[in-house]
Amino acid sequence: MNVEPHPIRTSTEQALAISIESMRAKLPGNAAVKKLREAAASSFFESGLPHRRIEEWKYTDLRALMRDVAPLASPPNPDAIKQAKKLDPFPELKLRRLVLVNGTFIPELSDLSALENGLTIVTLARALTNGHKLTHRIGELKSETYDAALALNTAFLNDGVLIEIAEGTQISQPIHIVHAFAEKAPAATYARSLVVVGANAKGTVVESFVGADGIAYQSNSATELQIGAEAQFDFVRLQAEGNAAIHLSTLLIDIGQNAKFSLNPITTGASIARFSVSLRFGGKNIEGCFAGANLLRAKQHADTTLVIDHAMPGCSSRELVKTVLDDDSRGIFQGRIVVKPDAQKTDARMATHALMLSDKAESINKPELEIFADDVQCGHGATSGALDENLLFYFLARGIPRKEAEALLIHSFVAESIEMILHDGLREALLERADDWLARRQS
Amino acid sequence: MPLLEVKNLHAEINGKKILNGLTLSVEPGRVHAIMGPNGSGKSTLSYILAGKKDYEVTSGSVSFLDRDLLALSPDERATLGLFLAFQYPLEIPGVTTMTFLRTAVNSVRKRRGESEFLTPDFLRLVREKAASLNIDPEMLKRAVNVGFSGGEKKRNEILQMALLEPKLCVLDETDSGLDIDALKIVAEGVNRLRSPNRSFIVITHYQRLLNHIVPDIVHVMAKGRIVKSGGVELAHELEAKGYAAFEQAA
Repeated sequence: MNVEPHPIRTSTEQALAISIESMRAKLPGNAAVKKLREAAASSFFESGLPHRRIEEWKYTDLRALMRDVAPLASPPNPDAIKQAKKLDPFPELKLRRLVLVNGTFIPELSDLSALENGLTIVTLARALTNGHKLTHRIGELKSETYDAALALNTAFLNDGVLIEIAEGTQISQPIHIVHAFAEKAPAATYARSLVVVGANAKGTVVESFVGADGIAYQSNSATELQIGAEAQFDFVRLQAEGNAAIHLSTLLIDIGQNAKFSLNPITTGASIARFSVSLRFGGKNIEGCFAGANLLRAKQHADTTLVIDHAMPGCSSRELVKTVLDDDSRGIFQGRIVVKPDAQKTDARMATHALMLSDKAESINKPELEIFADDVQCGHGATSGALDENLLFYFLARGIPRKEAEALLIHSFVAESIEMILHDGLREALLERADDWLARRQS
Repeated sequence: MPLLEVKNLHAEINGKKILNGLTLSVEPGRVHAIMGPNGSGKSTLSYILAGKKDYEVTSGSVSFLDRDLLALSPDERATLGLFLAFQYPLEIPGVTTMTFLRTAVNSVRKRRGESEFLTPDFLRLVREKAASLNIDPEMLKRAVNVGFSGGEKKRNEILQMALLEPKLCVLDETDSGLDIDALKIVAEGVNRLRSPNRSFIVITHYQRLLNHIVPDIVHVMAKGRIVKSGGVELAHELEAKGYAAFEQAA
C-alpha cells in the first residue's frame, strides 16, 4: 500500500484532532475501550485524512472534500426527536426499531420490549458504563489498512447499538437500526454498532441513514457484523441522508463456515458519501451475495469501496451493483476480490453496471482480482452506458411518453438488483423508493 | 378524405437517399399492401411514419387525419391512432408484458380523453384478446419479448395492436420468421381487426401473407418510390415474374 504518513496539517485535520483531544477524558468505557480509542486517535494523528494519492481513496479525496469540521452533535431536544420520527424510511413495516438521533440512542422511538429468547440488544452508551460483555467484541474486526473514517469513528466511540442473536436463534421480526439527523444546524455524529449472529442463527437487520435536506451535517458510522457458522443472515442498508450531508460509513463483516449471507446496500442520499465494506469469508463453503443499487442526481458523489477476502476454500460470492447517474452526479465502485492461497474452489463473480442519464454524469468502476490460489473461478464485468434509443422508440411507438418510457427502463435496470432483497416488505418498500426517485425526476 | 396522404416524400439516413418521391394515399377501411425487393425502402417508410428519428425527411409531406404527421412525436402519432407492428420486436428485460401493455393502453387512453382501465378490467380484456391469438397467459407475466419465439413476438405485436385500437396499422414484414401455422394465427388476428374505420399498410416481401390478409390495393415499391399500383392480381403477377422488371422500370 502506498500510504504515506503525513503529519496533521490541514485546518480540517487540526480541528478534528482538537475535537478528539477535547472528548478524550469525557467519553465513557473501561480501560480496553479507552485503549481502542487511543489507538485509533494516534493513527489519525499520524496519518490524518486520506487524499487522492492513497489508492483506496483516490476518487474520494477527503482532504479536499472535507473543508470544515462540524461541531459534535449534542443529544436531541424533544423537537428534534419529533422531527426524527418523521424521517423513518419504513414507517409501514413491522420492524423492531432502534433509533439513534444525532448519534444518540433514543429509547422513546425504539422498541426494546419483549425481546425474543436469544436476542440481546443494548445501547453502546449503556454498555460502556455498565461494562456489558458485548463491549469486548467491539473492534475485533479491523480494516486491512489504515482507514481514516473508521479511525475517527473509533476515536469518538460513544453510542450505538449492540445486538446479539444467540446460537440457534431465529428472529422473526427484522431489526431496523435508524440513524436520523434532525438538527437545523450542521453537526457531526459518530455511531458505532455491532451485530453478533451466533452459529445456526437466522435473521434480518436493516440499517438506514436519514436526515434533513440542506444541512451540511457529517455522519460517520461503523458497524461490525460477526456471522457464525451455518447462520443465515441478511443485511439491508439504505443510505438516504439529507442532500447536503457528508456520509462516511464502514461495514466490517466476518462470516463463519457454511453460512449464507446477503448484503443489499441502496444509496440515494448525501452530497458526498463513502461506503466502505470489508467482507471476510472466514470459513469454508460460505455463500455470500452483495447486491447494491445507487440512485444519484444533482452533484452527488457516492463511493462504494468493497474488499472481499476469500480466505477459506469452497466459498462462492456474487456481487451486482447497479448505479443510475443523472445530472452532474458521480458514482464510484471499487471492488476488490482477494483469493488467498488456501481458498481453493472459490467461485467469485462481480458485475457493476452504470446507467448514465446525463452527459455530465461520471461513472468510475474499478474491479480488481487478486488471486493466490490456482483452482478458482473468478470473473468481473463492468459497463457504463446510456438508455437504449431503440428500446425507447419501441415504447414511444406504443404511445408511452418519453419520460414514462425512461422511468420504466430505469426502474427495470435498478430493480434487477433491488429485487434480490430477500425480505418481502423491505424489497417492496425499496422498489417503491426507487420509483419515488424516478417520479422526482419526471416532475 | 384520405386517412393518410403521403406526398412526394424524400428521406435519407446518414446522407444516403432511401425514399425518392414516394406518394401514397390510404382511405379509411382500406388494406394496402406494399411489396418490394430488399432495400427498396419499405421498412424506412414504416419507420418514418412511426417517427423514428434516425431518418431525415428532406422534402415532401405526410398528413394523417388531416394533421402534419411529421411534426408529431412518435408517442403523439401512436395516440392519434398510428400503429407500427415491428419487423423485429424489441426485447425489454425487466419490464413485464402486462406492465408494458397497461402503461401503453392507459397513457394512450388518457391522452385520447378516454378513461383509464382499472387493473381487473384490463387484465380481463388482455386475457380475452390474448386467448384469441393463442397467447399463453404465462407469457404476459414474462419480460416483453424476452425469450419469446419469433411467432410469439409477432403475436405479441398483434395483441398490442388490438389493445391500442389504432386507425392505421403498419405491418412491417409481419410474416418474416413465421411458420405457416403462426402466419395463420397472426393473419386471423389482423383480419378480426379489419373495420370500416381502420386501415392497414401491409409491408411484405412475399405474396404468401396476402393469401391470408387479402388487400384492396397492392403497390410495388422500388428504389424509394411506388412504381406500380393495382388490385390483388398485381401480387400474383409479382410472385410469378419477380421484382426485376419493376426495378428496371424505376
